[in-house]
Amino acid sequence: MTQERENIVLTEAVYYILLSLYEPLHGYGIMQKIQELSKGRVVLAAGTLYGALSTLVEREWIRALPNGKNSRRKEYVITAKGKEVVKNEIERLHELLANGQLITGGRAK
Amino acid sequence: MKHVVYRLFFVWDFEREQRWLNEMAAKGMMLTDVGWFRYVFQEGTPGEYEYQLEWLPNYPTHPESIAYIQFVEETGAEYVGSFKKWVYFRKKASDKQFTLASNLDVRISHFKRVIRLTGIISAAMLSILAPMVKSSLSLGYIPESYLPNMIVSGSILAFVSYGLYKAISAYRMLKRKRLIQE
Repeated sequence: MTQERENIVLTEAVYYILLSLYEPLHGYGIMQKIQELSKGRVVLAAGTLYGALSTLVEREWIRALPNGKNSRRKEYVITAKGKEVVKNEIERLHELLANGQLITGGRAK
Repeated sequence: MKHVVYRLFFVWDFEREQRWLNEMAAKGMMLTDVGWFRYVFQEGTPGEYEYQLEWLPNYPTHPESIAYIQFVEETGAEYVGSFKKWVYFRKKASDKQFTLASNLDVRISHFKRVIRLTGIISAAMLSILAPMVKSSLSLGYIPESYLPNMIVSGSILAFVSYGLYKAISAYRMLKRKRLIQE
């Protein structure tokens, strides 16, 4: 691991999209998964998802799976690079959380 | 029962147009078709559908647009129709799985495009008007042949720069919001 690391801050939507794709999923599946994970708090827009997916593929954080049985529904899955990004993001979130709890003095609900 | 409404909305007004369509839907009037400033509504259950309006970078017949529309439909939304590069979607309000609404970044880039479009038209009108104004000033009067041109381009300039102003205000407001939240 390099010492110098680009400080990447993911948006909430992208973070959850990456997490959902630890298993292969298609568009609607991703939306459902994120809804589940966030207990309905994060509701994704189709436009947002569409744009995010093409950017994530470009960056090689996820990849599209070759069209299988249901040829119209493209499925995506996270790549090793994407998993690395998620790992770093979780570390960043730990830092934020720890400092928040430290300063506010306890479990802020 | 079918209702046809004629209404004028301009490119910088798209969020107002969307609000209007959703207000109509809340009252039980569902948009089923669009055309030249022409909206066709069907009576239905109030609040059954939510509407979303998007300005695509290409015409709906372009492969990119087709792929995008297909994607949105696969998430469970319905494609209502299109007018130029504007596409209209709707989804059942009861389906809480997703929203059609755009996030801040999408809205910001939307207004950026409106600014670009109205800016270009304004600049074009200015380039037509400026030489005429200049020679009129040096002559001390406005030549008759200039008059129609000046009136037309002047009116367009006033109208479009108003739209430009509105788009810039909306853009700035959204950018300020974006500083704090996603």
